[in-house]
Amino acid sequence: MDALSHDNLILLFGGLMGVAIMAYVLLDGYDLGVGVLLSRASGRERDEMVNAIAPFWDANETWLVLGAGILLVAFPLAHGTILKELYLPVLVMLVGLILRGTAFELRVKSPPERLEAWNAMFVVGSATAALAQGFMLGQFVVAFRTDTVALLFACLVAPALVAGYALLGASWLLIKTEGALQRRAAVWAHSALWLTAGGIGVVSVATPLVSPRIFEKWLSVGLTPLLMVVPVLVGGGVLWLSGWLKRFDPQRDDSRAWLPLAMTVVLFLLSGAGLAYSAFPYLVIDQLTLWDAAATDATLRMILLGVAIVLPPIILYSAFSYRIFRGKTTHLEES
Amino acid sequence: MDATMLSRIQFAANISFHVIFPTVSIGLAWFLVYIREMADRSGGAVWDTSYHFWVKAFALTFAFGVVSGVTMSFQFGTNWPGFMETVGSVAGPLLSYEVLSAFFLEATFLGIMLWGQNRVSPGLYRLSVWLVAGGTTLSLFWILVLNSWMHTPTGFEMVDGKVVATDWLAIIFNPSMPYRTVHMFLASMLTAAFFVMGVSAYRLLQGHTGEDVRRSLKLGATMAAVVMPLQIVAGDMHGLNTHEHQPAKIAAMEGIWHTEKGVPLLLFAIPDDKARTNHFEVPVPKVASLIITHDLDGEIKGLNEFEGEHPPVLPVFWGFRVMVGSGMLMLALSWAAVWFLRRRGELPNWLLRVLVPATFLGWVPTLAGWYVTEIGRQPFLVSGVLRTADAVTKAPASIVAGSLATYLALYAVLLLIYIATLFYMARSGGGHHGYATPAGVGAHPATA
Repeated sequence: MDALSHDNLILLFGGLMGVAIMAYVLLDGYDLGVGVLLSRASGRERDEMVNAIAPFWDANETWLVLGAGILLVAFPLAHGTILKELYLPVLVMLVGLILRGTAFELRVKSPPERLEAWNAMFVVGSATAALAQGFMLGQFVVAFRTDTVALLFACLVAPALVAGYALLGASWLLIKTEGALQRRAAVWAHSALWLTAGGIGVVSVATPLVSPRIFEKWLSVGLTPLLMVVPVLVGGGVLWLSGWLKRFDPQRDDSRAWLPLAMTVVLFLLSGAGLAYSAFPYLVIDQLTLWDAAATDATLRMILLGVAIVLPPIILYSAFSYRIFRGKTTHLEES
Repeated sequence: MDATMLSRIQFAANISFHVIFPTVSIGLAWFLVYIREMADRSGGAVWDTSYHFWVKAFALTFAFGVVSGVTMSFQFGTNWPGFMETVGSVAGPLLSYEVLSAFFLEATFLGIMLWGQNRVSPGLYRLSVWLVAGGTTLSLFWILVLNSWMHTPTGFEMVDGKVVATDWLAIIFNPSMPYRTVHMFLASMLTAAFFVMGVSAYRLLQGHTGEDVRRSLKLGATMAAVVMPLQIVAGDMHGLNTHEHQPAKIAAMEGIWHTEKGVPLLLFAIPDDKARTNHFEVPVPKVASLIITHDLDGEIKGLNEFEGEHPPVLPVFWGFRVMVGSGMLMLALSWAAVWFLRRRGELPNWLLRVLVPATFLGWVPTLAGWYVTEIGRQPFLVSGVLRTADAVTKAPASIVAGSLATYLALYAVLLLIYIATLFYMARSGGGHHGYATPAGVGAHPATA
């Protein structure tokens, strides 16, 4: 069988889009999270927090363009449908991203007496973008229905995703900062962990209620054992991490400061995989499959050629950039 | 107003707000390559000072370009779903090539360029500066390939009302691509040159009379004076190409309602789209034929040959005149600046004062030219293939109007903030260090 048959191409691009969106959620997630947490910090800490994400945020945001770009070019029909349904939340997200992206530069390039105003804009922009993304995620699960229950559900997912981003952000800060700020990051991570766990729990319970199809899908194919095991494992992980964060000591634990981030990433990957399994093969649940929405094979092959040539170098030089800025970034110096 | 018109205004507003930042940053990236190369040679301390100022102006401009660009990438889908549905097989790969080959490259190495100078070797740092400039230019290339293809589509066939790509070389090297790309790249160099000149002039007037500022002024002036004539040649060749492939646009640019030979150039006229004629014409005999056909008696097709298929004449006609007029002003200013610099080694204060408001003069012909070419393609979104009205969103006009109002208000405020911040940086020498800044330093730049 042709390795690049119609079916395989579509699966490949579905997978690529999933990977790009997941990469976006994890990468921009931690810097949006740091943006939200900026509201809890004071004075000099804010500079250090911004330093911890400064060299990365721009490239992180590019994954959004790639994820939405793959949807646009590989699944044009779904892109039209989804973005029409999400016209307003997309608008809100973009305004949020505009506010935070510009605040980022403005906070150190306009008069010092306005610093607080730009910090506030940075926080508001980050929170707005994160809330809007959470709302869109919720809308996706309910197939973009706009009845009261569906909207309530989306409004429930929105703060859950913000909590998740805050957890990513605090975990990131744990790696990149030191001293008092690192201690505070552990405290933030602890609160965000419980908010996130609560959010995932509530959303997991609510999802079958708002989307019977997903409920059936999980129960009908003998996945019940998995349904029992995964929550227990996640619950155990959360409990353990909570204790670890509570006892966090910068002197003793710094060499293992990457642990919370690693566990948070696993948590996100599990949630993402669960969501992908729930939705597959649909892009708009019960309405539009990957196959319905896909571009022609010739187009997909052409894009694949570009992806195959350029994605490996992108991953390499991104990794290289993270290597250059490894370790603490408290004393980052701008050119 | 219907959703089509509102979506067009929204997209025009968004692309206008977006394009002004890359036109500065693409050219400025190449200035930074030059300045960094000079700074790394022996005795480059003055250039190094200069570099540290311009790299901050670049970072500010780039950030505004990124956020408005992300917004734009979504509007393809939110406002023009029919675009991807019909021509997605061409536009999709081209857009994805831009993201993959350019966006990640420039974003990642910008991080190193802005924050990594003391973390990498000078050679690798210099390479990062080159890669950022290369990335921004690659981005310009891909987006202009797509835009050119929308004007002069080739290398495809229509199957069931949809475009199917057949020949990628023909698509990428479509007839107007080389001219349009060069024209836009030079526009960016000119915009950046005036930007560098204007900000430096402002700094000199504010008492920052260091050698680094003087050299920047000279660099900007020289660049503008050299590139402006090149741009006139490029523009002329682009015009010939447009005459060959999009005669209706040329007819609208020159306000020619009827096919004729020895066509006069209209210095002034008020085209009347309803009566299909011009009012208050001020003609110069035969010059339009000379410019467009390079022959005094050359024939130019009039709008009568394209009834119902040609763009509105008034905005195209005047957009073209604004572009050429502001270009001439840029030529005069840059040559005057170079003349004074060669004769006296510095600029008189009056010229410095003129150059300050000219900091963003490059935006005027860039936007005017953009309107000429885009409105000049109407009523089509892709010439002869897809009409604008057939590609628009089905979202209710009220929602589009709401989002348009939101964007317009946001853009107006952000533009003012951008300009104010840039000039604050010029006064204060490039911003400050957040909470590490001693109170009041920024407020009294002379003591900083």
